[in-house]
Amino acid sequence: MYSHGAESLIKQAREIQDSELQKFYSRLVKLLQGKELSHETVDSLQRLYIILYSNKYIRTLPPELQKRLHSLLSSPAEQFQVLCSAVLRETLPPSAHSGNYSQENISQLNSHAAALLLSQAGSTADVSSLCTQLLRGLESRPLEGPTNSLTHTLPILNTILTHNPECLTEDHVTLLSKKLVDWLRYASILQGGGTSSGGFFTGPRSRQPVPIAELDGTVSGDFFTVLCVGQSFTEDQWMNVFSFSVLRHWLLTYHSVSNGNNTADTAQRLQLSLSLSHSFSNDDRSEVDGSVVSMVSATSSSSRLLPPKERLREKSFQYCQRLIEQSDRKAHKKSDADLQKACLVEAVCILDCVCEEDASLVFRTFPCIKALFGRLSSDLSFARVLLPIAQFYLNHGEMATVDCGSVWALVFGRYPAELFNDPFLAHELLRFLRLNLESLQLRVPQYTHSFPNLLKFLAWDSPAVVDDFVDLLPSLVTAGTAVELLHTLLDLPCLSATLVLQVRSTCLPISELSGRGLLSLDAFRSPSFRGLFLFLLRGEAGSGDTIDRLSTLLELLAETADWPRVVQCAQTVPVLLHIFFNTVITVADEKLLAHLILVMLERSSLLLKIPKYNKEIHRVFSAHLLRLCKLHPSLVVDQSHELLEFSGATANVYSKEEIYTHVVWVLGEYLSVSCDSRCSVRLITSCFEALEAVLFEITSSAPPPGADCPAPRVVTTLMSSLAKLASRSHDLIPRVSLFLSKLRTVTRGGSVAWCSDEEDLVAIVTRGEELWSLLKAPGVAQSVLTPPAHVTTPQWHRDTNVALPLRLRALTNFTHSH
Amino acid sequence: MVRCFLINTVCPVSALGAGESRVLYCRVFGPDESIFTDQNRELSPEERRVLQREKIAVVARQVRSAVSLSREAAGRLLVEAVPGEEALALQEADSGVLRLRAGDPFPEEMSALWLGVQSLGFTLVCEPHENLLLAEGTLRTLTRHCLEQLHMLGQGSEVLLRSNRIDALLSRLLPHGQLLFLNHRFAQSLEKEVSAYMAK
Repeated sequence: MYSHGAESLIKQAREIQDSELQKFYSRLVKLLQGKELSHETVDSLQRLYIILYSNKYIRTLPPELQKRLHSLLSSPAEQFQVLCSAVLRETLPPSAHSGNYSQENISQLNSHAAALLLSQAGSTADVSSLCTQLLRGLESRPLEGPTNSLTHTLPILNTILTHNPECLTEDHVTLLSKKLVDWLRYASILQGGGTSSGGFFTGPRSRQPVPIAELDGTVSGDFFTVLCVGQSFTEDQWMNVFSFSVLRHWLLTYHSVSNGNNTADTAQRLQLSLSLSHSFSNDDRSEVDGSVVSMVSATSSSSRLLPPKERLREKSFQYCQRLIEQSDRKAHKKSDADLQKACLVEAVCILDCVCEEDASLVFRTFPCIKALFGRLSSDLSFARVLLPIAQFYLNHGEMATVDCGSVWALVFGRYPAELFNDPFLAHELLRFLRLNLESLQLRVPQYTHSFPNLLKFLAWDSPAVVDDFVDLLPSLVTAGTAVELLHTLLDLPCLSATLVLQVRSTCLPISELSGRGLLSLDAFRSPSFRGLFLFLLRGEAGSGDTIDRLSTLLELLAETADWPRVVQCAQTVPVLLHIFFNTVITVADEKLLAHLILVMLERSSLLLKIPKYNKEIHRVFSAHLLRLCKLHPSLVVDQSHELLEFSGATANVYSKEEIYTHVVWVLGEYLSVSCDSRCSVRLITSCFEALEAVLFEITSSAPPPGADCPAPRVVTTLMSSLAKLASRSHDLIPRVSLFLSKLRTVTRGGSVAWCSDEEDLVAIVTRGEELWSLLKAPGVAQSVLTPPAHVTTPQWHRDTNVALPLRLRALTNFTHSH
Repeated sequence: MVRCFLINTVCPVSALGAGESRVLYCRVFGPDESIFTDQNRELSPEERRVLQREKIAVVARQVRSAVSLSREAAGRLLVEAVPGEEALALQEADSGVLRLRAGDPFPEEMSALWLGVQSLGFTLVCEPHENLLLAEGTLRTLTRHCLEQLHMLGQGSEVLLRSNRIDALLSRLLPHGQLLFLNHRFAQSLEKEVSAYMAK
């Protein structure tokens, strides 16, 4: 698809010599002077565009060429409009005072030239003045008449308002609201005139008026909407399409604008009420046009006496109700069926928006929303339509005292469980959660318990949604869910593998050959392991933190460790664990934190064996183990039994170096009476003995087959911890000293079996000698190895009377000033 | 509204580093957003253009990664489609949506919808509250027209040499970045105009 030809074209365009370029410019000017614009002209303009586009920096065109291009913008041939605006877009806009564009009124330009003008606007003031011009154009132009520019007016306005809503005044709001009411509600219900002669729009002349039809082919009995079809369309029908397309954004914009501008609003209201009689006699065209009385509006209160904004709200309400009704019709084309879905989304969003502004509409809207929910809730293909409905329930359900249980059962239950592999649903659902986090936490208790289900999105497509989970995860961490959530996060790669198996086993019949040979797939299908997989696939928290046979499950899934989806998922787990631990310390009490430490120790060996995964997880565990113990030193005494058991196992030195080092360090650091009064001499001694045994073992023999030498850091940490413990119970000092002196003797010979690097060995021995000499003076050793709290968190630095640096600085200042 | 539409490579390009992407077509709608932010208001038009280019390059790279990761995860083999098989290529295309956080690279959060057709990615960068169902349909329609009208499944370079066709296409189906609710009749009438344009 992407060829070398294209690549070399870009290269040529970038490397073109200046002399060559000047020749090209002058040839082009000549071509543009000619009366006939040839194929060659088109080709040259396109090449000019490529040259400008491919260069990072702007090239300045000769003024003559620039002028010619500019005048060609209004050429009758569209191709020239397109090409010239494309070329000029890549050049510098004319400077403000040269006034090249400024005399032009944007509403009289063709669409391409208008887009160029907008893209080169240099300030907010420019954009605001374009906005005013466009609106003035709307006002002055009668609706009838052959005008091309009207259709692009609405999109341009919408673009401007997206970037710069501040440029709207209350007059603009009134004007555009009135226009939108006209186009939305009173477009012709007869089909446009015969087949087009090529223009964008044909006049609304029709020899034999044929009514428009619904998507299922029946004659339409109500007002025109985007879901009506005909052979061709009148201009106001086109405007109907454009109006509906910009409607939601318009409602949102004017809402925010008028809210931010209350005093002006009231003043305008006064003015409005004076002009009411005038505007209504002009605007309500329902009878003038011979438009039918709407089935939808016939039942609602008359809107004819409302001011424009409220009137637009009312008409939008009617339009959306009609769309919802029309979406139930069987469309002949697939593209129209898709459009119906998109219209449902838009209609529900608009209804939500108008209800937000006018609460009285909530009671009129809910019956229709409820009916729609009833109609669509069982059909998974409408899941993405259900999300705006859920938003509606969330925003207005409380006011209308409606039961939302079945809505949440879908959003937190069925959708993640069954549609986890739909990337668009995942994006929209997670965005919905992000935007509504506060009210969900407050009003929907199911939310925090649904994490096993929600995490399926992450397990399936980690790269796409990890960003959302970075934002969502803290809200899922509660004292009640923390332990289970931690296990679930650690098992995410397993969940990922299981989802792949689930998809495969539903896609492939059991007899299918390509599924054979996968042990994990056989296990997934086997009834004896069903419970294990069902636990991973559970939809809600609360059925237990983890399972006893986790190791069996990990063995069954061992072959999945190099599946790309599983690997991608595993890469996100460390990030999420960091977020988990950062959050959990804000919600957990000491008992829960103690539990989490146990989970870390236990799970450090119960992980899916993905390359690098275990190491990464151990690193995260280590960092947070340290943090937790620093925050609550008494945790170490509380959990001393388990910590000792872990640090007493020599195998951990080799397989879990990182976390082992940290456990040994916290034992040495925090197993002390100064941290917890329960810390007895017996406890210190038993800890000492456990560590001593390990240190002796690893420094007296070669590592077990297959393992590397113990890291020097493990050895020195063990030595330091032993020295620390000995400094707190002086009876132990001779034992450390003996060990350290032996270490020196042994290593004098040069190489040892347990340390392959000479420099490392020297470092270890030096460390040992330092500790040994320190321990010769037990009093000093204690104050150095277990410094009292006021030394490690020194307050005196901040004490202005004592702090030496401050005094020095004062003195320096003193001497310098003289 | 849609902020921009772009076509970029999602395969390795010899002249570029790994993970880089060549933007073959890009159309940014509306005024340059940097004139509305305090931080960038003082930039010259030239600097604004470079800034905008860099933003687009960020999106292109992210799309390239998203397409590769998604293909890697799915483990499907790419089916090579030839000119004439546009419908098949579109049906086989990978698709997805990316969240572009506020500031990375646009001042506000955006959603980037992408379609990966063989070695090229087609992307719409939309405001996140935009109707994504409609955007998805529009992206598919645009992509189909691009593939067909510019013969993109073949070996030519028409995506560069006929980029005005894409401009014309966008001015109908996505005027000024506005997503339109077009039923098949409205769409047909616009497509007729597009064909008339292409025939010239």
